[in-house]
Amino acid sequence: MDVFGSFSLLLAFVCAVYAFVAGIVAIKTRHPLLIKSARQAGIATCALIFVGTFSLIYLLFTDNFSVAYVVSHSNRDLSSFYKVAALWAGQEGSLLFWSFLLSIYVISVLIAYRNKNGELMPYVGVILAGVQIFFLTLNNFVESPFKALGAMQANGTIDLLTRQDGNGLNPLLQYPEMVIHPPNLYSGYTGFTIPFAFALAALLARYPGEKWIHLTRKWTMIAWCFQSVGILLGAHWAYAVLGWGGYWGWDPVENASLLPWLTGTAFLHSVMMQEKRGMMKVWNVWLVFSTFLLCIMGTFLTRSGVVSSVHAFANSQIGPWFVSFMALILVVCTVAYVKNRDYLASENQLDSIVSRESSFLFNNLLFLVACIAVLSGTLFPVFSEALSGSRISVGAPFFNKVMIPIGLAILFLTGVGPLLAWRKTSQESLKRNFGWPLVISLAVGASFWMVGYRHLYSDLSFVLCAFVAWTIFLEFWRGGKVLSARTGMGMVMSMHELAMRNTRRYGGYLVHFGMVLIFIGLAGAAFNKDVQKSMNLGDSLVIGPYKLVLQSGDTKAEANYTAQRMILEVLKNDKQIMMLYPEKRNFQANQESGTMVSIYSSLKEDLYVVYAGQDPDTNLPVIHAYLNPLVKWVWLGGVIVVFGTLLALMPNRRVALALQATPETAPTASAVRQGLQPSIPLREGHD
Amino acid sequence: MQNRAKFGVGIGVILASMAFMAWLGYGESKTYYHTIAEYQGLQGSSRQHRMRLAGTVVPGTIKHSAGHIDFVLEEEGKTLPVSYIGTDPLPDTFIDKSQALVEGRPGSDGLFVAEHVQAKCASKYEAAPGGDKPAPVNTQTSSR
Repeated sequence: MDVFGSFSLLLAFVCAVYAFVAGIVAIKTRHPLLIKSARQAGIATCALIFVGTFSLIYLLFTDNFSVAYVVSHSNRDLSSFYKVAALWAGQEGSLLFWSFLLSIYVISVLIAYRNKNGELMPYVGVILAGVQIFFLTLNNFVESPFKALGAMQANGTIDLLTRQDGNGLNPLLQYPEMVIHPPNLYSGYTGFTIPFAFALAALLARYPGEKWIHLTRKWTMIAWCFQSVGILLGAHWAYAVLGWGGYWGWDPVENASLLPWLTGTAFLHSVMMQEKRGMMKVWNVWLVFSTFLLCIMGTFLTRSGVVSSVHAFANSQIGPWFVSFMALILVVCTVAYVKNRDYLASENQLDSIVSRESSFLFNNLLFLVACIAVLSGTLFPVFSEALSGSRISVGAPFFNKVMIPIGLAILFLTGVGPLLAWRKTSQESLKRNFGWPLVISLAVGASFWMVGYRHLYSDLSFVLCAFVAWTIFLEFWRGGKVLSARTGMGMVMSMHELAMRNTRRYGGYLVHFGMVLIFIGLAGAAFNKDVQKSMNLGDSLVIGPYKLVLQSGDTKAEANYTAQRMILEVLKNDKQIMMLYPEKRNFQANQESGTMVSIYSSLKEDLYVVYAGQDPDTNLPVIHAYLNPLVKWVWLGGVIVVFGTLLALMPNRRVALALQATPETAPTASAVRQGLQPSIPLREGHD
Repeated sequence: MQNRAKFGVGIGVILASMAFMAWLGYGESKTYYHTIAEYQGLQGSSRQHRMRLAGTVVPGTIKHSAGHIDFVLEEEGKTLPVSYIGTDPLPDTFIDKSQALVEGRPGSDGLFVAEHVQAKCASKYEAAPGGDKPAPVNTQTSSR
């Protein structure tokens, strides 16, 4: 099966090269059969990558310990669930996994648009094949996952070997979220290839209008959603497994996943400027280019270990390949831009500083500054070494100092932006839209201050969260009221109907609401507490309103590891509320240990308990307890963000359905829209 | 004021304040990476910096004492005595011969006082010829 997998990857490489070359010739000659042939080679490339990937999965599941990758990342006792995770546990496998996920996107695009957008698709096919060639080069010639295990003999020959068992999977990865976090994050990284390919193709083909933006909208949102979920799952994994009580440490790999998310989010907003007003065309194209470059860089940072990091599992030889590929992309994008920049001329100017356009402009500026800050902080050791000879790193205080104010400013714009009118907003409309939200949010801030939550940034965050939540509610309420008056439906049904008729707008609001919940959770971090204590049986530890009593400890043997477990009774106001079981696990296959945190989570706070090992002096178990307020809101917010994105991806419900129900009163779509917004002549597109 | 000027001022204020915050954060958290050999050659004010050093834990040198854990790191023949004073227990991967990254400041008598220790497991298995090494694991302690 290893030969089979290896051969299919080689064949995939040949097909990708053919798709690339034939595609370029087809663009020049416009020969319809050649265009079709290039497309089919692209589809074949994807199919062969699927075959290669499933071959590796088969080798992992059949415990084939004659393959080096299987030996390094799996063992017989590893459960099937985690054998899937072994696919991306190592360098070779995760690069193959990149190719695999990219192929899912590529094959979907090639098949979905096979008879559409004839002018654009040959370019898209060539660009996608180009990206696939790069990854297939790594899969075939640099980091092949199908290398056989061998031993060099004295006479210089190599004998093939088969091991009885493998070295096992990294214990940090043996956690359920590690089976879904990497696929999500990688689906985000790979997914941004599609908007990149369309943007570059539209520029090269001088494809008219904003059609490429309409075509790529859903692909961008899918990639963005995966990226968001991937980042949050990674944070949750770090929280539950690393045992240091937090979920975000500005680790280089965390930062790497945040970078394309920041530019991708900026892009999702700034495209509206282009759709509505024909502005920011150059900006949009460069945002997509940057997002894709940052995705490649994220993969590079994760895999190459260029900056020392928790995640940098291996220092390998792929660095020069990635740097060359990024340089090549940059050259191609710059040349395409310089040659075709007249095609990107803006059609309008900014009219007023208090306008929707201006809020988008500042939103984009803040996202860009955030991206530059995170990027420069992450790569600081690399830059400082190159420039001054000394390797200097910056830590969490640097990122927090810059990112917290930016985050709060973006949160402010999240509330303000959607309520500002295009072109210019009148003072009267400002008062009408912002009066109540402002009063309510200040009241919320004051009450947090009164009950003892006193921290400038956190209180500001609570104020802004209340402000944004209330403006979102008002949007739903006002729209629902107009619809309810015209159709006779109840308010809840009207608001639901409203969301279904303009899914993009109201899905967007739902995503904003999810972000509000995430910010509430982030603001809670300012009030974290922790206590550490060596405990004898029967001893207690007090943290906040909780008292932890060490009842006993035990050892349980599982198939793949042995767990040493502490059993703690949790009391709140002297009433028993639950038992917690923090563990230390020792994995037999590789003699490594892992920590299992035990968490009692409520909307108010998380009681997070770690069995931190034994005190070397007394041999007593050390319990480290943390009280982390509002953490659950971060995960809840993530769920709402996903729902919002899914809503925004749905097609708008036709108003004709409502017309059938109440023909005499049903409004037209434009009437509803005009009821919600000042009517100014704008072009097609959603807001 | 012209629109363009208003936007210019707005953008300028944002950029300037962020640059100021970045500068503050940089001053607060900058940490120098040094090899043990470089560290031993440092003179004067450069010894006051916060820094990170890496090395292999010399077998048998890990000594637990009340309030601190002492050990010796070795890199390219040079050794460095380290005293870890952080509150978090050392990571599970911190054992003899593991590769450790320590962060802190120089103390007295050539002792390096570490507040954070990260450890990367040394490979438990020899690299099989034609194969690759098992993935090393990084874990860290932190008081974030």
